[in-house]
Amino acid sequence: MTEIDESKTLKPTKTERREKFTNLSDIEIKRLYTPEDIKDFNYDIDLGSPGKFPFTRGAYPNMYRGRLWTMRQFAGFGTAAQTNTRYKFLLDHGTTGLSVAFSLHTIYGYQADDDEALGEVGKEGVSIDTLKDMETLFSGIDLSKISTSMTINAPAAILLAMYIVAAEKQGHSPDKLRGTIQNDILKEYIAQKSWVFPPEPSMRLIIDTIEYCAKNVPQWYTISISGYHIREAGSTAVQELAFTLADGFAYVEAAMKRGLDVDDFAPRLSFFFNSHNNFFEEVCKYRAARRIWAKRLKNKYGAKKSESMRLRFHTQTAGVSLSAQEPENNIARVTIQGLAAVLGGTQSLHTNSFDEALCLPTEKAVKIALRTQQIIAHESGAADTVDPLAGSYYVEWLTNKMEEEAEVYFERIEALGGVIPAIKANFFQKEIANASYKYQREVEARDRIIVGVNDVQVREPCATPLLKIDEDVAREQIENLQRLREQRSNEKVQAKLEALKEAAKGTENLMPYIMDAIREYASIGEVMAALKDIFGVYREDSIF
Amino acid sequence: MGEQRKIKVLVCKPGLDGHDRGAKVIARALRDAGMEVIYTGLHQTPDMIVQTVLQEDPDAVMLSMLSGAHKALCPVIMDKLKEKEIDDVLVSVGGIIPDEDKPFLEEIGLKGFYGPGTELKTIVEFVKNNLKR
Repeated sequence: MTEIDESKTLKPTKTERREKFTNLSDIEIKRLYTPEDIKDFNYDIDLGSPGKFPFTRGAYPNMYRGRLWTMRQFAGFGTAAQTNTRYKFLLDHGTTGLSVAFSLHTIYGYQADDDEALGEVGKEGVSIDTLKDMETLFSGIDLSKISTSMTINAPAAILLAMYIVAAEKQGHSPDKLRGTIQNDILKEYIAQKSWVFPPEPSMRLIIDTIEYCAKNVPQWYTISISGYHIREAGSTAVQELAFTLADGFAYVEAAMKRGLDVDDFAPRLSFFFNSHNNFFEEVCKYRAARRIWAKRLKNKYGAKKSESMRLRFHTQTAGVSLSAQEPENNIARVTIQGLAAVLGGTQSLHTNSFDEALCLPTEKAVKIALRTQQIIAHESGAADTVDPLAGSYYVEWLTNKMEEEAEVYFERIEALGGVIPAIKANFFQKEIANASYKYQREVEARDRIIVGVNDVQVREPCATPLLKIDEDVAREQIENLQRLREQRSNEKVQAKLEALKEAAKGTENLMPYIMDAIREYASIGEVMAALKDIFGVYREDSIF
Repeated sequence: MGEQRKIKVLVCKPGLDGHDRGAKVIARALRDAGMEVIYTGLHQTPDMIVQTVLQEDPDAVMLSMLSGAHKALCPVIMDKLKEKEIDDVLVSVGGIIPDEDKPFLEEIGLKGFYGPGTELKTIVEFVKNNLKR
């Protein structure tokens, strides 16, 4: 399966560049598409009007003619104060939503002075230990006016609690807040790997946040069901589509099992997809995703409200597609990927900076990435009509094909007993590892050309100025944390943590208990440790 | 080492970084090249890595790091290996390693530094040609 037939490598036939053309999902692409390829096509059933079931053409009737997508650049590094400065820079340059990248220790729920945080503090994102850091992060930014996305999973409930309390301290009630927490633990086991607790208690925490927000933070998106990381871990586009939607189904089923009405929470679920280099494949992936979700919510879960069936998504261009060689070429890649996301109908977009295969992005690179979105929005004309690629024989054929292949995966997952049993059987992990190894072999055999990497390669020294994270960040963060421990009431913190542990043993919603602990400035590490005492931790098999 | 013995490689993911696509692809490529490969899995502390080295006695240890923690974690790993008098094992680090960090890492005994876009055969050859035993 992983053997590459050397004789096929870029061998031209008499008239064509290669014997067989395939996209990144290994779907064979024909020379020409005609009405024959979509002969059963029915406009009303397969597409429908934009903003109407099955939403293939878009989530809203007028799409970007009304409002452009949210240009949301993921950012965070160093201390909360440093990232606050970057947010103000982005807001000054026209970004319309914030997106918080957290430091790895925060992502795993460790505090900066834990042994596990050594070398990680502030490196890949902003270091947040307590409510105090959250207050600093949004200092001078009105939380009732901005929408904020937070990429956080295992400790998502804790960071959400910090955000709600930080907003309270600015004088804003929870019902005014708009934003998203990623809160998608299933893809952590599948791909991104920043889980902490075992799957079952993790699912409970997620359903707790869904339930809490449905009542108290109604404008908040409670999960961003993410294919991005699945793709970055090496999956194909079809796998990204299928595994992400399967995760989505699992959350819906878990929330319904809790007794929630699907129409009360489904409108607050959102998605997060990758945009890689194969333009049409990506566009069709988004279109297929909307159609699959709408059909499933209506037909299987009995949703009545149109908003419950309407899949909305954020897109980030593919980090994994960026080359360290000739990094400026990445600007062109990101443009194609960003355009695919827009023509696929994304609700918000992060365009990667060209230097990200080398380091965290510099300010100049971030600005070019944002400008790329603005050029797509204002100069390309792509945003002026809804779903302009609809009706293309190729696009409709490929949309159908991707839906069919995703359905095959849904059946395989079902046969394994659902998503969690499939995770425990390493099903997703093996599928992704196989796909990523195959892709790498194809690149090395030059069956796939990556410009400047395995083709027209020019060896030149890297001249890109890199952003470096000062080693003082960790010291400063640890000092702040230690100072805070002296200032707060440690007795109150302990009492709130004990109450949380007691509640965790039962079935109550844990959000109010977490918020109580956060208000007393309990650190993320302390809250996580309390929950670990009750929930335990997860270990995965190390397969490759 | 005996002529028939396979080269034994330990592929490691130190720190909290979960980006394991590269490590897994490399592990498989080394295995396909006839080596015996052990993959530690994620979230390895320096002590865990040294413990595994003691137990498995590999010819090479390949660290994969993309989070920027290499400057903090690599010296700790190298010191702990030295403490245990392990000096005949090739230790390399790859992932996202900026050029300017390489002299320091070289000085403490690391090699390799292969980043995104490196061909797998380059890494296979590197391991074969840089073993210390």
